[in-house]
Amino acid sequence: MTAPLPGSWHWLDPAGLQLVIDALRRRGHRVVGPQVADGAIVLRELASVAELPTGWLDEQDGGSYRLRHDPAAGTFDHVVGPHSLKNFLFPARETIASFTRTDGAWTQPHAPAPDPPLAVLGVRGCDLAALATQDRVFLGSGYVDEAYKARRERLFLVAVNCRRAAATCFCHSMGCGPAAGPSFDLALTEFGNRFACEVGSDCGAAVLADAIAAGALVTACSEAEIDAARGVPRDLAARMHARQGVADGPAPRSLDTHGIRDLLMRNLEHPRWDEVASRCLSCTNCTLVCPTCFCSSVQEVADLSGDNVDRERQWASCFSLDHARMHGQSVRSSTASRYRQWLTHKFASWIDQFDTSGCTGCGRCITWCPVGIDVTEEIAAIRATDGAASPDPGRETP
Amino acid sequence: MTTATYLPSAPTDPWRAHPTRIVSTVDETPGVRTYELAFEEAGIRAGYTFAAGQFNMLYLPGIGEAAISVSSDPDHCGTIAHTVRAVGNVTDALARLAVGEQVLVRGPFGTPWPLDAVEGRDVVIVAGGLGLASQRAAIHRLSRRDDGGRTIVLHGAKRPEGLLYAADYDRWRAAGIDVRTVVDEGDAFWIGRVGLATHLLADLHLDPAATTILCCGPDPMMVGVAEAATNRGVSTEHVFLSLERNMACAVAHCGLCQFGPHFVCRDGPVLRYDRIAGLMKVPQL
Repeated sequence: MTAPLPGSWHWLDPAGLQLVIDALRRRGHRVVGPQVADGAIVLRELASVAELPTGWLDEQDGGSYRLRHDPAAGTFDHVVGPHSLKNFLFPARETIASFTRTDGAWTQPHAPAPDPPLAVLGVRGCDLAALATQDRVFLGSGYVDEAYKARRERLFLVAVNCRRAAATCFCHSMGCGPAAGPSFDLALTEFGNRFACEVGSDCGAAVLADAIAAGALVTACSEAEIDAARGVPRDLAARMHARQGVADGPAPRSLDTHGIRDLLMRNLEHPRWDEVASRCLSCTNCTLVCPTCFCSSVQEVADLSGDNVDRERQWASCFSLDHARMHGQSVRSSTASRYRQWLTHKFASWIDQFDTSGCTGCGRCITWCPVGIDVTEEIAAIRATDGAASPDPGRETP
Repeated sequence: MTTATYLPSAPTDPWRAHPTRIVSTVDETPGVRTYELAFEEAGIRAGYTFAAGQFNMLYLPGIGEAAISVSSDPDHCGTIAHTVRAVGNVTDALARLAVGEQVLVRGPFGTPWPLDAVEGRDVVIVAGGLGLASQRAAIHRLSRRDDGGRTIVLHGAKRPEGLLYAADYDRWRAAGIDVRTVVDEGDAFWIGRVGLATHLLADLHLDPAATTILCCGPDPMMVGVAEAATNRGVSTEHVFLSLERNMACAVAHCGLCQFGPHFVCRDGPVLRYDRIAGLMKVPQL
């Protein structure tokens, strides 16, 4: 058996995948992967392939998420749950600086040593795209977030090519899936009881070599087998574009993104914002499950003496009144203005800021919205009535 | 993607705050005080520079941060001044500090006034209330100009006691700056104009093609000034507004200050009017 190289494909069975996990743990990685917990498939620390959600499917729709056991389902036939890479690379709470006061003078000790490196198993194309998007925010905006950078540089990604889509998926519309990319260390395509494993990086090759050295039975894929593996996400994409379901499942969503930036920016006073606001609870769920939402606020956390202060960064949401609070008032006091901020940022102004959409089509915001508000439906409604003006005479048209 | 030209040349941890001591304070108008700060670390003190219109995050550990324009002379960075109104947790706590006490500073941040692009042009500084604090650094610079362009300061306040830096006006006038003031509501001693800053602008003889407007104040006042100036023929590309929004990070990461596509902390606070004119007129954006 020759050593695996980037770009090569190998057959891996579940025992071999276990040896990949073991190799990552031996290298000091904290390995995280999908597991069934609390009625959902979430990302948790993973020691064994037996913990993976083999035989579980997630049925998702607007405001609805249900797990269903299906003996015919594979290990990765679920799609995405409420967690994404964001939960690990940009944690919901994090101390970003600490200060200590001695004799009336404050000092700022240097940042503590970084956490152990992280490996995430089962990452889909939409979430890899979201990672690339968050990279632009925290690494490419002119300032570098050192904590994010430290975690990002040592991140090991075992991606998965989707062979099933949920009714909430629309990655094909956003150009973010279902194939795994743009970059990963290893990528798995499931066939029966084994995985075609594509090596995506030197690091991926080294970990696979470790697994082989530890006894993993790995054979090279033939050209025909590689073609078949590449065909899996390609066929799913074709069905998604044709809006066909998979194995009698419901058809996925889709979104017409043609001219979407200008469409939304010229409809800032469209009556649909008030209409959606009559349903929106401003609960922030969509921003919390979104794999690209990056807003945060900073809290001062002091001990009882007041001499030791941590600055704690927490996820913030444009749906909260505090987000745009100035001089005791919120700039965006209405739910309509906050929903508009979220949707127009995600699908329009994000393009000005980062040269890419903020949406990857993962569908989480649709699933986890308690009232089932669907971004694809909202944008389609605005497109269908492009140029409609708010009936509120107190408003000016931009 | 927005071009940001005022970014640090070397990567630095944006969360590192540098200790300063309050060297002196000046009580300016009711509730408003200027703090002169000196960096404690010799390397920072020697290396600190800022451009007129940029801001610092003033940090009091355990209480929080406030984004405040640097209002001292950009050519004299030995100490830096911030003029602050006590209106919230952080600024109230700042107001309780005495000379010699410590304030931590991150910065400078943001896009400054376009003083590199006003050579030979008439510069009209229009300030509503405390807005003048963000423009004083520019006034310092412009008081030394010898390029033939005029500098005019139009300052409006609610009441006469709200006129900021009143002790400096004679010095500014001696440097050739035309300083005009207006108040919304006079008192028994007020013999000047009553009205709005836009009224002062209306009185002004303008050469629209050679005029740059630098405006800072409440949003509606800035829109009024910008519209009045452009109606008189000043190009929207020569009208600049300094915006204020909620901020936590000052480095385009926290997202709180977004105004349409602009991160007010990085792409602003000074933004060219042609880039924001449509957005300024949308309520609750």
